[in-house]
Amino acid sequence: MLKALVIDPGKCTGCKQCEMACSYENEGVFNPAKSRIRVFDFHHEARFVPYTCTQCAEAWCQQACPVNAITTDAMGVKVVHENLCVGCKVCTIACPFGTINYNASTGKVIKCDLCQGNPACADACPTAAITYQDVEQTGYDKMKLWAARTGTGESAGPNAPAARH
Amino acid sequence: MHHVILGAGPAGVTAAETLRGLDPDARITLVSGEPEPPYSRMAIPYLLEGGIGESGTYLRQQPGHYDRLGIEVMHARAGGLDAASKRLFLNGDALPYDKLLISTGASPVTPPIEGANLPRVHTCWTLADARRIMELADRSAPVVLVGAGFIGSIVLEALYERGCDLTVVEIAPRMVARMMDDVAGGMLKRWCEAKGLRVLTNTRVERIAKSANGSGEELRVSLSDGGTIPAQLVVMAAGVRPNVGFLVGSGVVVEAGIRVDDHLRTTAPDVYAAGDCAQAVDLSTGMHDVLAIQPTAVEHGRIAALNMGGRRTRHRGSLNMNVLDTMGLISSSFGLWQGVQGGASAKIVDEGGWRYLRLEIDGDRLVGAQAVGLTEHVGMLRGLIQTGLRLGAWRDKLLSAPERAAEAYVALAQGMTGHGWTGPRTKTPV
Repeated sequence: MLKALVIDPGKCTGCKQCEMACSYENEGVFNPAKSRIRVFDFHHEARFVPYTCTQCAEAWCQQACPVNAITTDAMGVKVVHENLCVGCKVCTIACPFGTINYNASTGKVIKCDLCQGNPACADACPTAAITYQDVEQTGYDKMKLWAARTGTGESAGPNAPAARH
Repeated sequence: MHHVILGAGPAGVTAAETLRGLDPDARITLVSGEPEPPYSRMAIPYLLEGGIGESGTYLRQQPGHYDRLGIEVMHARAGGLDAASKRLFLNGDALPYDKLLISTGASPVTPPIEGANLPRVHTCWTLADARRIMELADRSAPVVLVGAGFIGSIVLEALYERGCDLTVVEIAPRMVARMMDDVAGGMLKRWCEAKGLRVLTNTRVERIAKSANGSGEELRVSLSDGGTIPAQLVVMAAGVRPNVGFLVGSGVVVEAGIRVDDHLRTTAPDVYAAGDCAQAVDLSTGMHDVLAIQPTAVEHGRIAALNMGGRRTRHRGSLNMNVLDTMGLISSSFGLWQGVQGGASAKIVDEGGWRYLRLEIDGDRLVGAQAVGLTEHVGMLRGLIQTGLRLGAWRDKLLSAPERAAEAYVALAQGMTGHGWTGPRTKTPV
């Protein structure tokens, strides 16, 4: 069964332990700048939004990679192969979500790979704003969340036609 | 059904794979004009730097990938096309097809400079070019690079990493003139100079000649400013043009590139075009134009193949975008980075900190962007432009603080939804 990160910004307190856990798990340092998850802080509205890769079904980063360095694993996760990545950064401009980023210290790109099935961010989150769940089990919740949070539906997504032509 | 795909770059390979996904029984022939397995020109600079071997440039890394998919890879050059009888001429032999995709890419232009055909003057386009350049571009060898556009600037980085004694000659007033404005171009030039390169903008190469003294292994490059510089190697990066010569008399109409409609069909029946050779819709302008970049080639290849395979799919346009690493200074540009008439512009410039961000807004939509020294979440700039998302209250916030673009994106596109599978459903730009 496929699992995914489920993020509920309403439960996020902005503690950023997910960023610390992610950078430590993946880079061996407590450095939020190297985290693959980022908490956006809308402080005027007192709202925090944890934000990371959605593991697109047909990923823009993967399609744009000129050397086949991003592949899909058995869990549907898009994984960067460091030995193949040449550091050209085309994926970083191709991903319209901005969730694959260049890491200058390695000369390669980094993105969320769900920590090989045990995401450190979800473990570290003290308020269950970030959880790791079976996709199908929570399908109903997913629809409820979607309906509650957007009045615009799917047409607001990144693949929506640009209205200006 | 026999699909023939002429050209084995990213457009051709993506098309072949997409066609196989649509039709397990079709015969698919992928024709490569070069002897190597399908590879990525974009990876060549990293080969020159020594970061990868030749196999690291291959578009697909799994051994037997094409065999496994039943894609027949041929190595041949096209000499002509008879669209009426549906035959493609390869090295003189006729190859019949039911549907043809032309994804022949582009080739470098040789500028009309005396001496441009001398030995030791090379373009940097193919693996064969890369091998010759690696022989000649020794450590501390004097090398002249002609052209500091996008491709020239990528080659520049590779030659610098090889330790060459490099002089760059650019006819335009600034580097990357077709990718970024004078603030960004000026920043890149000063960065290069700080790294010890000579960058001569507003300068033409008048003549390349063999050195009069010595063993004939050295060239002398004469410049429009009156100067002459020695070179063991001259690398030409003066632009590219579509590979369409074989289409003369074929009935396929060629303008700046091969004319295609919004389903990537050419003017000849059952002939499609994709990638650097195709003149397809630019998302930003709605006009047909050649956008010779990797992501566009892949989009074209996929959409052309869907149409060839009977899935009518409209190409609504590709977004122009580039990213460049100039010896550690990373820059990118998107869409209408020059701005539009009647639009609004926001800039932050930090010359000392090597950072620059410029946003171009038309009405309340972001239509273009440039960034220097900024990589974090840079794809969101594409996200904002590609979606044409209405900025609403964020318009004025971005005009006074363009550095909040990522925040604006999350607030507008993402902030109201959860993530993982709760985020917006995503597809490739079909």
